[in-house]
Amino acid sequence: MHRLYLLPTLAINVVVILIPACLTIVLAFFRWDGISSPHFVGLGNFVALWDDRVFWRALTNNIIWTAIFLIVPIAMGLLAATMLLVVRRGRTFFQVVYFLPVIIATVITARVWQGMIYSPVTGVFGLLDRMGIPIVNPLSQPSLALFGVATVDLWHWWGFLCVIFFAALRQVPAEQIEAARLEGATFFQMMRYVLLPGIKPTIILMMIMTVIWSFLVFDFVYILTQGGPASSSEVLSTLAYRDAFYNLNVGRAAASSIIISLFGLVATFFYIRVQSKEGEA
Amino acid sequence: MRLIESRMTLYITYALLGVLAFIALFPIALLVLNSVKASPEIVQSPLSLPAALRWDNFTRAWEDARFGTTLVNSALLTGMTIILVCTTGSAAAYVLARKKVKSWKIVTFYLLASTTAPIQLFLFPLYFGFAKLGLINNIFAVALVYTAIYSPFAIMLLRTYFLAIPKELEEAALIDGATHWQVFTRVMLPMVSPGILTVALIIGLYSWNEFLIATTFLQQQDRLTAVVSFFLLSGQYSSDWGVIMAAALIIVAPVVVLFVFLQRRFIEGMAGGSVKG
Repeated sequence: MHRLYLLPTLAINVVVILIPACLTIVLAFFRWDGISSPHFVGLGNFVALWDDRVFWRALTNNIIWTAIFLIVPIAMGLLAATMLLVVRRGRTFFQVVYFLPVIIATVITARVWQGMIYSPVTGVFGLLDRMGIPIVNPLSQPSLALFGVATVDLWHWWGFLCVIFFAALRQVPAEQIEAARLEGATFFQMMRYVLLPGIKPTIILMMIMTVIWSFLVFDFVYILTQGGPASSSEVLSTLAYRDAFYNLNVGRAAASSIIISLFGLVATFFYIRVQSKEGEA
Repeated sequence: MRLIESRMTLYITYALLGVLAFIALFPIALLVLNSVKASPEIVQSPLSLPAALRWDNFTRAWEDARFGTTLVNSALLTGMTIILVCTTGSAAAYVLARKKVKSWKIVTFYLLASTTAPIQLFLFPLYFGFAKLGLINNIFAVALVYTAIYSPFAIMLLRTYFLAIPKELEEAALIDGATHWQVFTRVMLPMVSPGILTVALIIGLYSWNEFLIATTFLQQQDRLTAVVSFFLLSGQYSSDWGVIMAAALIIVAPVVVLFVFLQRRFIEGMAGGSVKG
């Protein structure tokens, strides 16, 4: 009887996710334009990717992206969260302010940065440039485009981590903190030996999620640069999207998707291990 | 609990927190400020105060982004997704939390795994499948896609609420002769209603803001969501940034107002599953 309670969830999930995901795996071995009948090409799509300079650029960018997001927002989030622990007044205010960028639609965040900050005509960068401070729109520079996009995503993202870390820090048992205080621990010793170990599970979980999300990143790149200039900010998800819907090469798009998923799969393995441990505790 | 003694450290901490707050607020302030400025003023300086408040930016934004239609589409899509996620999700979460079925472990594992599946892994066959079935530009079909993507998260969150309800309560109701369905709808659901509200808020936020699926599946002019319509409007080279920012504010304002009033629920909900307790 109780199985019926699961039926709607599973039915929707299987139709929308599981069956299409299996089809993607099959499609990766076919050449298909989305209209005519597919041709089996074996590993042809993967070979085509292997030989494509843009694919390697995209993969490298995803790895750079992962490295940036494993370090910068996590460090900012931890720093801000511990500072919130120090102050007593204004905690809610700061949390709300830091969280605001998280709730704004990615499209809007992207356009505000593009038009109001980076733009040489209507943005703050243009204003600074006219005032004689040499500063260029990073989105138009091949060497800077990826970092320009990453900055926007960082702005949008770090507050989420701050709020999560702060929630975790508050659950570190007060006795432990009190004991460390009685022992005469300095603030940094407190961080090193009590607080950070206390929230280690949360930090690890967030790092795993960062790896997963970093290989999925799409919105900001697609909106801000479309992977350009000259493919310099291309990532795997935008490459796959363009292949499927603009180049009508669905097979190659499927092959890219599978490569994205492989990276995610490794992280997912750790994620599920951590999550199921948390769930049972 | 006090972590530090010196007043100086406290001041430095506040100063740093203030800097971070400035970083978070600066682009938002630019959005609001420039939404009431004329285009030449923005070109001159995005930081200057407006000479006169240009309220007509909002009426022009409303027309250019066709908000009369697109906001309704967004609201419909968001509403349908919330209803679908909350109904299907609460039933599933109940069964999984109470381990009512033998396969609860496998199902939980499967759902957790599907939260981490990249959208691209299923997007392309789904699109061409929907195209064959004539479901492109169908808002309900997109709500189903959102439901599939968001419900694992909702189930994991609701599961923790169900776990907090004492087993005895359920058993007592069963002894009194209630059916399983009655126990679920009359006893359990009311007790997890705070959780359902939290889920509704967060799923609503996600659906309202979502871009990739919406832009792929809803392409017809009169089926666009507000966010996609904004994307198209702001992508035009000739656009007036005052109007674009006004359009942005129209989409963002309801979200921010809801968030400020219900921030605890938002934050706890979004953090739920990541932090124990």
